[in-house]
Amino acid sequence: MIILQALVNGIVSGTLLAVPAIGFTAMFAVLRFPNFSVSGVATLGAFAGYLAYGAGLQMAGSLAAAFVVAGIAGLAFDKMAHLPLIKQGALPAAIASIATGLILENVVRLAFGNEPRGYDRPIARDVFIGEIRVSPQQIETMGLALLLMLLVFAALAFTRIGKAMRASADNPELAALKGIRPERIATLASFVGMGLVGVGGMLLGLDSSIDPLTGTRILLSLFAAAVLGGLGSAPGAVLGAFLIGMAEELSVLVVGSQYRAAVGFIAILVVLTLRPRGLLGERAY
Amino acid sequence: MLSYLLFIATIGGIYGLLALSLNLIWGGVGMVNLGLAGFFAVGAYASALLTTVGHAPIATGWLMALAAGGFAGLVVTLSTTRLREDYLAIVTLGFAEAVRLVASNEIWLTRGTDGISGIPGPWKRALGPDFNGVYFLIVVAALLVVFFLMRRIDRSPYGRALRAIREDAQVAQVAGKPVLRFKTEAFVLSAGIAGLAGALYGHFTSYIAPDMFLPLITVYIFLAVASGGTGRPAGALVGAYMVMTLLESSRFFVEWIPGVTAVQRAALKELLIAVALIVVLRLKPSGLLPERVPPAPRPS
Repeated sequence: MIILQALVNGIVSGTLLAVPAIGFTAMFAVLRFPNFSVSGVATLGAFAGYLAYGAGLQMAGSLAAAFVVAGIAGLAFDKMAHLPLIKQGALPAAIASIATGLILENVVRLAFGNEPRGYDRPIARDVFIGEIRVSPQQIETMGLALLLMLLVFAALAFTRIGKAMRASADNPELAALKGIRPERIATLASFVGMGLVGVGGMLLGLDSSIDPLTGTRILLSLFAAAVLGGLGSAPGAVLGAFLIGMAEELSVLVVGSQYRAAVGFIAILVVLTLRPRGLLGERAY
Repeated sequence: MLSYLLFIATIGGIYGLLALSLNLIWGGVGMVNLGLAGFFAVGAYASALLTTVGHAPIATGWLMALAAGGFAGLVVTLSTTRLREDYLAIVTLGFAEAVRLVASNEIWLTRGTDGISGIPGPWKRALGPDFNGVYFLIVVAALLVVFFLMRRIDRSPYGRALRAIREDAQVAQVAGKPVLRFKTEAFVLSAGIAGLAGALYGHFTSYIAPDMFLPLITVYIFLAVASGGTGRPAGALVGAYMVMTLLESSRFFVEWIPGVTAVQRAALKELLIAVALIVVLRLKPSGLLPERVPPAPRPS
Protein backbone atom coordinates (compact mmCIF):
# COMPACT_ATOMS: atom_id res chain seq x y z
CA MET A 1 0.00 0.00 0.00
CA ILE A 2 2.77 2.37 0.95
CA ILE A 3 4.42 1.58 -2.38
CA LEU A 4 1.20 2.35 -4.25
CA GLN A 5 0.92 5.68 -2.39
CA ALA A 6 4.52 6.48 -3.35
CA LEU A 7 3.77 5.68 -6.98
CA VAL A 8 0.74 7.97 -6.98
CA ASN A 9 2.81 10.75 -5.42
CA GLY A 10 5.44 10.06 -8.05
CA ILE A 11 2.91 10.41 -10.86
CA VAL A 12 1.76 13.73 -9.43
CA SER A 13 5.27 15.15 -9.08
CA GLY A 14 6.23 13.63 -12.44
CA THR A 15 3.39 15.49 -14.14
CA LEU A 16 4.59 18.75 -12.64
CA LEU A 17 8.21 18.00 -13.52
CA ALA A 18 7.26 17.19 -17.12
CA VAL A 19 6.31 20.83 -17.80
CA PRO A 20 9.78 22.37 -17.32
CA ALA A 21 11.42 19.23 -18.75
CA ILE A 22 9.56 19.76 -22.05
CA GLY A 23 10.72 23.37 -22.05
CA PHE A 24 14.36 22.45 -21.43
CA THR A 25 14.46 19.69 -24.00
CA ALA A 26 12.65 21.77 -26.66
CA MET A 27 15.16 24.59 -26.26
CA PHE A 28 17.98 22.07 -26.54
CA ALA A 29 16.47 20.64 -29.73
CA VAL A 30 16.28 24.03 -31.45
CA LEU A 31 19.15 26.05 -29.95
CA ARG A 32 21.63 23.16 -29.56
CA PHE A 33 23.08 24.00 -26.17
CA PRO A 34 22.08 22.94 -22.64
CA ASN A 35 20.61 26.06 -21.08
CA PHE A 36 21.56 25.95 -17.40
CA SER A 37 19.77 29.20 -16.60
CA VAL A 38 16.60 27.11 -16.20
CA SER A 39 17.31 27.11 -12.45
CA GLY A 40 17.08 30.90 -12.23
CA VAL A 41 14.17 31.10 -14.67
CA ALA A 42 12.15 28.52 -12.70
CA THR A 43 12.72 30.58 -9.55
CA LEU A 44 11.70 33.75 -11.35
CA GLY A 45 8.52 32.08 -12.63
CA ALA A 46 7.67 30.83 -9.16
CA PHE A 47 7.98 34.35 -7.71
CA ALA A 48 6.09 35.98 -10.59
CA GLY A 49 3.26 33.53 -10.02
CA TYR A 50 3.46 34.20 -6.28
CA LEU A 51 3.03 37.94 -6.81
CA ALA A 52 0.17 37.43 -9.27
CA TYR A 53 -1.59 35.03 -6.92
CA GLY A 54 -1.13 37.44 -4.05
CA ALA A 55 -2.61 40.21 -6.21
CA GLY A 56 -5.81 38.22 -6.49
CA LEU A 57 -5.43 36.34 -9.77
CA GLN A 58 -6.75 32.79 -9.85
CA MET A 59 -4.49 29.78 -10.28
CA ALA A 60 -4.70 29.77 -14.10
CA GLY A 61 -4.01 33.50 -14.28
CA SER A 62 -1.04 33.20 -11.94
CA LEU A 63 0.40 30.40 -14.04
CA ALA A 64 -0.01 32.60 -17.12
CA ALA A 65 1.89 35.38 -15.33
CA ALA A 66 4.68 32.94 -14.46
CA PHE A 67 4.80 31.82 -18.11
CA VAL A 68 5.02 35.33 -19.56
CA VAL A 69 7.56 36.74 -17.09
CA ALA A 70 9.83 33.68 -17.34
CA GLY A 71 9.46 33.59 -21.13
CA ILE A 72 10.44 37.23 -21.55
CA ALA A 73 13.40 36.95 -19.18
CA GLY A 74 14.61 33.75 -20.82
CA LEU A 75 14.26 35.23 -24.30
CA ALA A 76 16.14 38.38 -23.31
CA PHE A 77 19.06 36.42 -21.86
CA ASP A 78 19.17 34.10 -24.85
CA LYS A 79 19.38 37.07 -27.22
CA MET A 80 21.84 39.10 -25.15
CA ALA A 81 24.09 36.54 -23.51
CA HIS A 82 23.81 32.97 -24.85
CA LEU A 83 23.15 33.01 -28.57
CA PRO A 84 25.90 35.50 -29.49
CA LEU A 85 28.34 32.96 -27.99
CA ILE A 86 27.00 29.97 -29.85
CA LYS A 87 29.33 30.77 -32.78
CA GLN A 88 32.21 29.72 -30.52
CA GLY A 89 30.42 26.48 -29.72
CA ALA A 90 27.82 25.08 -27.34
CA LEU A 91 30.10 25.18 -24.29
CA PRO A 92 30.66 28.95 -24.00
CA ALA A 93 26.90 29.44 -24.33
CA ALA A 94 26.30 26.80 -21.64
CA ILE A 95 28.82 28.47 -19.32
CA ALA A 96 27.24 31.88 -19.88
CA SER A 97 23.86 30.35 -19.04
CA ILE A 98 25.19 29.34 -15.61
CA ALA A 99 26.04 32.99 -15.05
CA THR A 100 22.62 34.21 -16.21
CA GLY A 101 20.92 31.67 -13.94
CA LEU A 102 22.97 33.09 -11.08
CA ILE A 103 21.92 36.62 -12.06
CA LEU A 104 18.22 35.73 -11.93
CA GLU A 105 18.60 33.88 -8.63
CA ASN A 106 20.26 36.90 -7.06
CA VAL A 107 17.81 39.42 -8.49
CA VAL A 108 15.08 37.43 -6.76
CA ARG A 109 17.20 37.34 -3.59
CA LEU A 110 17.71 41.11 -3.71
CA ALA A 111 13.97 41.67 -3.98
CA PHE A 112 12.60 38.98 -1.66
CA GLY A 113 15.42 37.85 0.64
CA ASN A 114 16.16 34.25 1.54
CA GLU A 115 13.08 33.49 3.67
CA PRO A 116 10.79 30.82 2.23
CA ARG A 117 7.34 32.03 1.17
CA GLY A 118 4.21 29.99 0.69
CA TYR A 119 1.35 30.48 -1.73
CA ASP A 120 -1.64 31.32 0.40
CA ARG A 121 -3.90 28.56 -0.87
CA PRO A 122 -7.18 27.49 0.72
CA ILE A 123 -6.89 24.48 2.99
CA ALA A 124 -8.90 21.48 1.86
CA ARG A 125 -9.38 18.01 3.25
CA ASP A 126 -7.47 15.21 1.54
CA VAL A 127 -9.50 12.85 -0.61
CA PHE A 128 -9.18 9.09 -0.23
CA ILE A 129 -9.47 6.76 -3.19
CA GLY A 130 -9.37 3.34 -1.57
CA GLU A 131 -6.47 3.84 0.80
CA ILE A 132 -4.59 6.23 -1.50
CA ARG A 133 -4.55 9.81 -0.31
CA VAL A 134 -4.49 12.82 -2.63
CA SER A 135 -5.13 16.46 -1.87
CA PRO A 136 -7.57 18.52 -3.99
CA GLN A 137 -4.71 20.97 -4.66
CA GLN A 138 -2.64 18.17 -6.12
CA ILE A 139 -5.49 17.26 -8.44
CA GLU A 140 -5.96 20.88 -9.48
CA THR A 141 -2.28 21.56 -10.24
CA MET A 142 -1.93 18.22 -11.96
CA GLY A 143 -4.94 19.00 -14.14
CA LEU A 144 -3.51 22.39 -15.09
CA ALA A 145 -0.13 20.82 -15.91
CA LEU A 146 -1.77 18.16 -18.08
CA LEU A 147 -3.85 20.78 -19.89
CA LEU A 148 -0.75 22.85 -20.59
CA MET A 149 1.12 19.83 -21.94
CA LEU A 150 -1.80 18.92 -24.14
CA LEU A 151 -1.77 22.47 -25.57
CA VAL A 152 1.97 22.27 -26.28
CA PHE A 153 1.73 18.91 -28.04
CA ALA A 154 -1.32 19.99 -30.04
CA ALA A 155 0.56 23.11 -31.13
CA LEU A 156 3.60 21.07 -32.14
CA ALA A 157 1.53 18.52 -34.03
CA PHE A 158 -1.11 20.60 -35.78
CA THR A 159 -0.15 24.26 -36.19
CA ARG A 160 2.06 25.60 -38.96
CA ILE A 161 4.48 27.17 -36.53
CA GLY A 162 4.66 23.95 -34.52
CA LYS A 163 5.50 21.95 -37.61
CA ALA A 164 8.08 24.56 -38.61
CA MET A 165 9.65 24.22 -35.19
CA ARG A 166 9.92 20.45 -35.47
CA ALA A 167 11.33 20.73 -38.97
CA SER A 168 13.91 23.26 -37.83
CA ALA A 169 14.95 21.10 -34.90
CA ASP A 170 15.24 18.07 -37.16
CA ASN A 171 17.32 19.65 -39.90
CA PRO A 172 17.97 23.40 -39.71
CA GLU A 173 19.47 23.70 -43.23
CA LEU A 174 16.63 21.90 -44.93
CA ALA A 175 14.06 23.89 -42.95
CA ALA A 176 15.76 27.16 -43.94
CA LEU A 177 15.65 26.10 -47.59
CA LYS A 178 11.91 25.62 -47.23
CA GLY A 179 11.60 29.26 -46.15
CA ILE A 180 11.43 28.69 -42.40
CA ARG A 181 13.28 31.55 -40.77
CA PRO A 182 15.63 30.04 -38.18
CA GLU A 183 15.84 33.15 -35.99
CA ARG A 184 12.05 33.26 -35.64
CA ILE A 185 12.01 29.61 -34.61
CA ALA A 186 14.82 30.29 -32.11
CA THR A 187 12.89 33.22 -30.63
CA LEU A 188 9.78 31.12 -30.25
CA ALA A 189 11.69 28.21 -28.73
CA SER A 190 13.35 30.51 -26.17
CA PHE A 191 10.10 32.16 -25.18
CA VAL A 192 7.89 29.08 -24.99
CA GLY A 193 10.63 26.87 -23.54
CA MET A 194 11.47 29.29 -20.76
CA GLY A 195 7.80 30.03 -20.20
CA LEU A 196 7.23 26.35 -19.52
CA VAL A 197 10.23 26.32 -17.18
CA GLY A 198 8.77 29.27 -15.28
CA VAL A 199 5.39 27.57 -14.96
CA GLY A 200 7.18 24.44 -13.81
CA GLY A 201 8.96 26.38 -11.09
CA MET A 202 5.62 27.65 -9.83
CA LEU A 203 3.87 24.26 -10.05
CA LEU A 204 6.63 22.55 -8.11
CA GLY A 205 6.66 25.33 -5.51
CA LEU A 206 2.91 25.25 -4.91
CA ASP A 207 2.90 22.29 -2.56
CA SER A 208 5.78 23.46 -0.39
CA SER A 209 7.33 26.92 -0.32
CA ILE A 210 9.49 29.02 -2.62
CA ASP A 211 12.80 30.81 -2.08
CA PRO A 212 15.69 31.91 -4.36
CA LEU A 213 17.00 28.33 -4.55
CA THR A 214 13.70 26.78 -5.67
CA GLY A 215 14.92 26.38 -9.24
CA THR A 216 18.31 25.05 -8.24
CA ARG A 217 16.66 22.30 -6.22
CA ILE A 218 14.71 20.94 -9.19
CA LEU A 219 17.66 21.22 -11.60
CA LEU A 220 18.93 17.65 -11.25
CA SER A 221 15.48 16.07 -11.57
CA LEU A 222 14.84 18.25 -14.60
CA PHE A 223 18.06 17.23 -16.36
CA ALA A 224 17.51 13.61 -15.41
CA ALA A 225 14.03 13.65 -16.95
CA ALA A 226 15.33 15.20 -20.18
CA VAL A 227 18.37 12.90 -20.46
CA LEU A 228 16.41 9.77 -19.56
CA GLY A 229 13.82 10.50 -22.23
CA GLY A 230 16.48 11.51 -24.73
CA LEU A 231 17.76 15.11 -24.97
CA GLY A 232 15.72 16.99 -27.54
CA SER A 233 12.67 14.74 -27.44
CA ALA A 234 9.53 16.30 -25.95
CA PRO A 235 7.57 13.03 -25.50
CA GLY A 236 10.77 11.59 -24.06
CA ALA A 237 10.89 14.40 -21.51
CA VAL A 238 7.35 13.56 -20.38
CA LEU A 239 8.15 9.87 -20.06
CA GLY A 240 11.42 10.67 -18.30
CA ALA A 241 9.67 13.03 -15.89
CA PHE A 242 7.15 10.36 -14.86
CA LEU A 243 9.87 7.78 -14.34
CA ILE A 244 12.09 10.17 -12.36
CA GLY A 245 9.12 11.35 -10.29
CA MET A 246 8.22 7.78 -9.35
CA ALA A 247 11.82 6.75 -8.76
CA GLU A 248 12.32 9.72 -6.43
CA GLU A 249 9.23 8.88 -4.38
CA LEU A 250 10.17 5.20 -4.18
CA SER A 251 13.72 6.10 -3.16
CA VAL A 252 12.32 7.94 -0.15
CA LEU A 253 11.05 4.59 1.12
CA VAL A 254 14.48 2.99 0.77
CA VAL A 255 17.13 5.60 1.58
CA GLY A 256 15.13 8.44 3.13
CA SER A 257 14.14 11.80 1.76
CA GLN A 258 17.55 13.43 1.99
CA TYR A 259 18.81 11.50 -1.04
CA ARG A 260 15.84 12.32 -3.30
CA ALA A 261 17.97 14.66 -5.38
CA ALA A 262 20.70 12.06 -5.84
CA VAL A 263 18.25 9.81 -7.73
CA GLY A 264 18.42 12.18 -10.69
CA PHE A 265 22.20 12.11 -10.78
CA ILE A 266 22.38 8.31 -10.58
CA ALA A 267 19.74 8.06 -13.31
CA ILE A 268 21.79 10.36 -15.56
CA LEU A 269 24.97 8.30 -15.04
CA VAL A 270 23.20 5.00 -15.68
CA VAL A 271 21.35 6.22 -18.79
CA LEU A 272 24.45 7.78 -20.32
CA THR A 273 26.46 4.61 -19.71
CA LEU A 274 23.89 2.15 -21.05
CA ARG A 275 21.79 4.07 -23.56
CA PRO A 276 23.13 7.59 -24.14
CA ARG A 277 20.43 8.55 -26.59
CA GLY A 278 17.79 8.03 -23.90
CA LEU A 279 14.57 6.07 -24.08
CA LEU A 280 13.05 7.84 -27.06
CA GLY A 281 16.24 8.64 -28.91
CA GLU A 282 17.64 12.02 -29.77
CA ARG A 283 14.94 12.75 -32.27
CA ALA A 284 13.69 16.28 -31.96
CA TYR A 285 9.99 15.81 -32.00
CA MET B 1 46.92 44.19 7.32
CA LEU B 2 49.83 41.94 6.43
CA SER B 3 48.02 38.86 7.71
CA TYR B 4 44.95 39.88 5.68
CA LEU B 5 47.07 40.16 2.54
CA LEU B 6 48.71 36.80 3.29
CA PHE B 7 45.28 35.23 3.72
CA ILE B 8 44.08 36.66 0.40
CA ALA B 9 47.28 35.60 -1.35
CA THR B 10 46.95 32.04 -0.03
CA ILE B 11 43.29 31.68 -1.04
CA GLY B 12 44.20 33.27 -4.38
CA GLY B 13 46.90 30.64 -4.82
CA ILE B 14 44.40 27.86 -4.14
CA TYR B 15 42.06 29.40 -6.71
CA GLY B 16 45.09 29.51 -8.99
CA LEU B 17 45.48 25.74 -8.66
CA LEU B 18 41.79 25.31 -9.51
CA ALA B 19 42.20 27.63 -12.49
CA LEU B 20 45.18 25.61 -13.74
CA SER B 21 43.10 22.48 -13.32
CA LEU B 22 40.23 23.92 -15.34
CA ASN B 23 42.55 25.37 -17.94
CA LEU B 24 44.09 21.96 -18.62
CA ILE B 25 40.78 20.52 -19.77
CA TRP B 26 38.85 23.59 -20.97
CA GLY B 27 41.73 25.38 -22.61
CA GLY B 28 43.64 22.22 -23.45
CA VAL B 29 41.13 19.61 -24.62
CA GLY B 30 37.98 21.70 -24.90
CA MET B 31 36.16 19.67 -22.23
CA VAL B 32 34.18 21.36 -19.54
CA ASN B 33 33.94 20.72 -15.83
CA LEU B 34 30.98 22.44 -14.23
CA GLY B 35 31.48 20.42 -11.06
CA LEU B 36 34.86 21.79 -10.14
CA ALA B 37 33.51 22.65 -6.68
CA GLY B 38 32.65 18.96 -6.25
CA PHE B 39 36.19 17.73 -6.97
CA PHE B 40 37.52 20.50 -4.73
CA ALA B 41 35.23 19.17 -1.97
CA VAL B 42 36.24 15.54 -2.54
CA GLY B 43 39.90 16.43 -2.01
CA ALA B 44 39.18 18.59 1.02
CA TYR B 45 37.12 15.88 2.70
CA ALA B 46 39.52 13.06 1.80
CA SER B 47 42.48 14.81 3.38
CA ALA B 48 40.54 16.17 6.34
CA LEU B 49 39.13 12.75 7.24
CA LEU B 50 42.45 10.96 6.82
CA THR B 51 44.33 13.40 9.03
CA THR B 52 41.69 13.89 11.75
CA VAL B 53 39.91 10.54 12.04
CA GLY B 54 42.69 8.46 10.46
CA HIS B 55 45.57 10.36 12.16
CA ALA B 56 47.60 10.10 8.96
CA PRO B 57 50.45 12.56 8.30
CA ILE B 58 49.40 15.69 6.45
CA ALA B 59 51.50 14.87 3.39
CA THR B 60 49.70 11.52 3.08
CA GLY B 61 46.40 13.35 3.26
CA TRP B 62 47.42 15.64 0.41
CA LEU B 63 48.55 12.76 -1.78
CA MET B 64 45.33 10.89 -1.10
CA ALA B 65 43.35 14.04 -1.93
CA LEU B 66 45.09 14.12 -5.29
CA ALA B 67 44.23 10.44 -5.80
CA ALA B 68 40.62 10.83 -4.61
CA GLY B 69 40.01 13.77 -6.94
CA GLY B 70 41.51 11.84 -9.84
CA PHE B 71 39.44 8.77 -9.07
CA ALA B 72 36.25 10.84 -8.94
CA GLY B 73 37.26 12.33 -12.28
CA LEU B 74 37.68 8.85 -13.73
CA VAL B 75 34.20 7.80 -12.58
CA VAL B 76 32.61 10.91 -14.05
CA THR B 77 34.38 10.66 -17.42
CA LEU B 78 33.93 6.92 -17.93
CA SER B 79 30.29 7.29 -18.86
CA THR B 80 30.64 10.49 -20.85
CA THR B 81 33.88 10.62 -22.88
CA ARG B 82 32.24 8.89 -25.81
CA LEU B 83 29.42 11.43 -25.86
CA ARG B 84 29.13 15.04 -26.94
CA GLU B 85 30.56 17.69 -24.65
CA ASP B 86 27.21 18.98 -23.42
CA TYR B 87 26.56 15.66 -21.69
CA LEU B 88 29.76 16.01 -19.69
CA ALA B 89 28.58 19.48 -18.68
CA ILE B 90 25.32 18.08 -17.27
CA VAL B 91 27.04 15.17 -15.51
CA THR B 92 29.71 17.30 -13.84
CA LEU B 93 27.12 19.81 -12.67
CA GLY B 94 25.15 16.94 -11.14
CA PHE B 95 28.31 15.50 -9.60
CA ALA B 96 28.97 18.64 -7.56
CA GLU B 97 25.40 18.55 -6.22
CA ALA B 98 25.68 14.85 -5.36
CA VAL B 99 28.94 15.45 -3.46
CA ARG B 100 27.28 18.18 -1.42
CA LEU B 101 24.33 15.88 -0.65
CA VAL B 102 26.61 13.11 0.57
CA ALA B 103 28.70 15.56 2.62
CA SER B 104 25.57 16.98 4.29
CA ASN B 105 23.86 13.67 4.98
CA GLU B 106 26.46 11.00 5.76
CA ILE B 107 26.83 12.36 9.26
CA TRP B 108 28.69 9.30 10.57
CA LEU B 109 31.52 10.12 8.15
CA THR B 110 31.45 13.83 7.34
CA ARG B 111 29.62 15.15 10.44
CA GLY B 112 27.00 16.62 8.10
CA THR B 113 26.40 20.34 7.97
CA ASP B 114 28.37 20.80 11.22
CA GLY B 115 31.48 20.22 9.15
CA ILE B 116 34.86 18.91 10.20
CA SER B 117 36.87 21.13 12.50
CA GLY B 118 40.35 20.84 13.91
CA ILE B 119 42.01 19.87 10.64
CA PRO B 120 45.73 19.99 11.46
CA GLY B 121 48.04 22.47 9.73
CA PRO B 122 51.67 21.58 9.09
CA TRP B 123 53.93 22.57 12.06
CA LYS B 124 51.09 24.80 13.23
CA ARG B 125 51.97 24.73 16.94
CA ALA B 126 55.68 25.25 16.43
CA LEU B 127 55.17 28.12 14.00
CA GLY B 128 52.57 30.02 15.98
CA PRO B 129 51.87 33.37 14.31
CA ASP B 130 54.22 32.57 11.40
CA PHE B 131 51.91 29.76 10.26
CA ASN B 132 50.10 31.83 7.63
CA GLY B 133 53.37 32.95 6.05
CA VAL B 134 54.79 29.44 5.87
CA TYR B 135 51.52 28.03 4.57
CA PHE B 136 51.49 30.68 1.86
CA LEU B 137 54.94 29.47 0.78
CA ILE B 138 53.70 25.88 0.71
CA VAL B 139 50.79 26.88 -1.52
CA VAL B 140 53.14 28.84 -3.77
CA ALA B 141 55.42 25.80 -4.02
CA ALA B 142 52.48 23.57 -5.00
CA LEU B 143 51.32 26.20 -7.45
CA LEU B 144 54.76 26.43 -9.07
CA VAL B 145 55.09 22.66 -9.41
CA VAL B 146 51.66 22.39 -11.05
CA PHE B 147 52.30 25.48 -13.17
CA PHE B 148 55.55 24.14 -14.63
CA LEU B 149 53.93 20.74 -15.18
CA MET B 150 51.14 22.46 -17.12
CA ARG B 151 53.61 24.52 -19.14
CA ARG B 152 55.54 21.34 -19.90
CA ILE B 153 52.36 19.61 -21.07
CA ASP B 154 51.37 22.69 -23.05
CA ARG B 155 54.60 22.63 -25.06
CA SER B 156 54.97 18.89 -25.41
CA PRO B 157 53.70 16.69 -28.24
CA TYR B 158 51.10 15.48 -25.75
CA GLY B 159 49.78 19.03 -25.35
CA ARG B 160 49.64 19.45 -29.12
CA ALA B 161 47.62 16.24 -29.39
CA LEU B 162 45.23 17.56 -26.72
CA ARG B 163 44.78 20.79 -28.67
CA ALA B 164 44.17 18.82 -31.83
CA ILE B 165 41.37 16.98 -30.02
CA ARG B 166 39.96 20.34 -28.94
CA GLU B 167 39.93 21.66 -32.48
CA ASP B 168 38.57 18.53 -34.11
CA ALA B 169 38.41 15.20 -32.31
CA GLN B 170 37.65 13.34 -35.52
CA VAL B 171 40.75 14.58 -37.28
CA ALA B 172 42.85 13.70 -34.23
CA GLN B 173 41.34 10.22 -34.24
CA VAL B 174 42.09 9.79 -37.93
CA ALA B 175 45.66 10.91 -37.29
CA GLY B 176 45.97 7.96 -34.94
CA LYS B 177 45.69 9.74 -31.59
CA PRO B 178 43.89 7.72 -28.91
CA VAL B 179 41.29 10.43 -28.33
CA LEU B 180 39.32 8.70 -25.59
CA ARG B 181 42.42 7.84 -23.59
CA PHE B 182 43.85 11.35 -23.87
CA LYS B 183 40.57 12.96 -22.84
CA THR B 184 40.20 10.66 -19.85
CA GLU B 185 43.81 11.20 -18.77
CA ALA B 186 43.53 14.97 -19.00
CA PHE B 187 40.28 15.00 -17.05
CA VAL B 188 41.63 12.70 -14.33
CA LEU B 189 44.77 14.83 -13.90
CA SER B 190 42.67 17.97 -13.81
CA ALA B 191 40.27 16.52 -11.23
CA GLY B 192 43.26 15.38 -9.15
CA ILE B 193 44.69 18.90 -9.08
CA ALA B 194 41.29 20.23 -7.98
CA GLY B 195 41.32 17.62 -5.20
CA LEU B 196 44.78 18.73 -4.08
CA ALA B 197 43.58 22.34 -4.05
CA GLY B 198 40.72 21.25 -1.79
CA ALA B 199 43.12 19.60 0.64
CA LEU B 200 45.32 22.70 0.75
CA TYR B 201 42.21 24.76 1.46
CA GLY B 202 40.99 22.54 4.29
CA HIS B 203 44.34 22.43 6.12
CA PHE B 204 44.62 26.21 5.82
CA THR B 205 41.20 27.12 7.23
CA SER B 206 41.29 24.06 9.59
CA TYR B 207 37.51 23.75 9.12
CA ILE B 208 35.37 22.52 6.21
CA ALA B 209 31.61 22.21 5.76
CA PRO B 210 29.35 21.40 2.78
CA ASP B 211 28.40 25.10 2.47
CA MET B 212 31.97 26.00 1.48
CA PHE B 213 31.74 24.08 -1.78
CA LEU B 214 28.87 25.84 -3.51
CA PRO B 215 28.66 25.96 -7.33
CA LEU B 216 29.64 29.61 -7.00
CA ILE B 217 33.30 28.55 -6.69
CA THR B 218 33.05 26.94 -10.11
CA VAL B 219 31.81 30.26 -11.50
CA TYR B 220 34.77 32.08 -9.91
CA ILE B 221 37.19 29.72 -11.56
CA PHE B 222 35.52 29.98 -14.95
CA LEU B 223 35.75 33.75 -14.63
CA ALA B 224 39.44 33.41 -13.71
CA VAL B 225 40.29 31.23 -16.70
CA ALA B 226 38.16 33.21 -19.17
CA SER B 227 39.51 36.59 -18.11
CA GLY B 228 43.10 35.44 -17.77
CA GLY B 229 43.22 33.63 -21.06
CA THR B 230 41.92 30.18 -21.95
CA GLY B 231 44.61 27.78 -23.05
CA ARG B 232 47.51 29.45 -21.31
CA PRO B 233 48.66 28.42 -17.81
CA ALA B 234 50.04 31.90 -17.02
CA GLY B 235 46.66 33.35 -17.97
CA ALA B 236 44.88 31.04 -15.54
CA LEU B 237 47.17 32.18 -12.72
CA VAL B 238 46.78 35.87 -13.49
CA GLY B 239 43.03 35.35 -13.80
CA ALA B 240 42.79 33.69 -10.40
CA TYR B 241 44.38 36.68 -8.70
CA MET B 242 42.23 39.07 -10.75
CA VAL B 243 39.10 37.29 -9.50
CA MET B 244 40.43 37.38 -5.94
CA THR B 245 41.00 41.13 -6.26
CA LEU B 246 37.54 41.63 -7.71
CA LEU B 247 35.96 39.58 -4.92
CA GLU B 248 37.73 41.46 -2.14
CA SER B 249 37.24 44.92 -3.63
CA SER B 250 33.57 44.19 -4.29
CA ARG B 251 33.24 43.33 -0.61
CA PHE B 252 34.35 46.82 0.34
CA PHE B 253 32.23 48.31 -2.40
CA VAL B 254 28.96 46.68 -1.33
CA GLU B 255 29.59 47.54 2.31
CA TRP B 256 29.77 51.13 1.24
CA ILE B 257 26.25 51.13 -0.27
CA PRO B 258 23.81 52.35 2.38
CA GLY B 259 20.60 50.62 3.35
CA VAL B 260 21.20 47.06 2.18
CA THR B 261 20.94 43.99 4.36
CA ALA B 262 23.65 41.33 4.65
CA VAL B 263 21.66 39.00 2.39
CA GLN B 264 21.34 41.71 -0.25
CA ARG B 265 25.06 42.42 -0.03
CA ALA B 266 25.86 38.79 -0.71
CA ALA B 267 23.37 38.80 -3.59
CA LEU B 268 24.98 41.92 -5.09
CA LYS B 269 28.40 40.29 -4.92
CA GLU B 270 27.22 37.15 -6.71
CA LEU B 271 25.43 39.32 -9.26
CA LEU B 272 28.63 41.21 -9.96
CA ILE B 273 30.62 38.01 -10.53
CA ALA B 274 27.98 36.59 -12.87
CA VAL B 275 27.77 39.80 -14.91
CA ALA B 276 31.57 39.94 -15.10
CA LEU B 277 31.69 36.40 -16.51
CA ILE B 278 29.15 37.21 -19.22
CA VAL B 279 30.90 40.46 -20.13
CA VAL B 280 34.28 38.71 -20.41
CA LEU B 281 32.86 35.89 -22.53
CA ARG B 282 31.11 38.39 -24.77
CA LEU B 283 33.76 41.08 -25.18
CA LYS B 284 37.12 39.41 -24.65
CA PRO B 285 36.80 35.64 -24.99
CA SER B 286 40.55 35.24 -25.54
CA GLY B 287 41.28 36.85 -22.16
CA LEU B 288 44.10 39.07 -20.98
CA LEU B 289 46.87 36.70 -22.08
CA PRO B 290 45.64 35.06 -25.28
CA GLU B 291 46.72 31.55 -26.11
CA ARG B 292 50.05 31.16 -27.86
CA VAL B 293 50.43 28.01 -29.86
CA PRO B 294 54.11 27.19 -30.23
CA PRO B 295 55.00 25.85 -33.69
CA ALA B 296 55.53 22.15 -33.89
CA PRO B 297 59.14 21.11 -34.46
CA ARG B 298 59.82 20.37 -38.11
CA PRO B 299 61.12 16.94 -38.94
CA SER B 300 64.69 17.35 -40.14
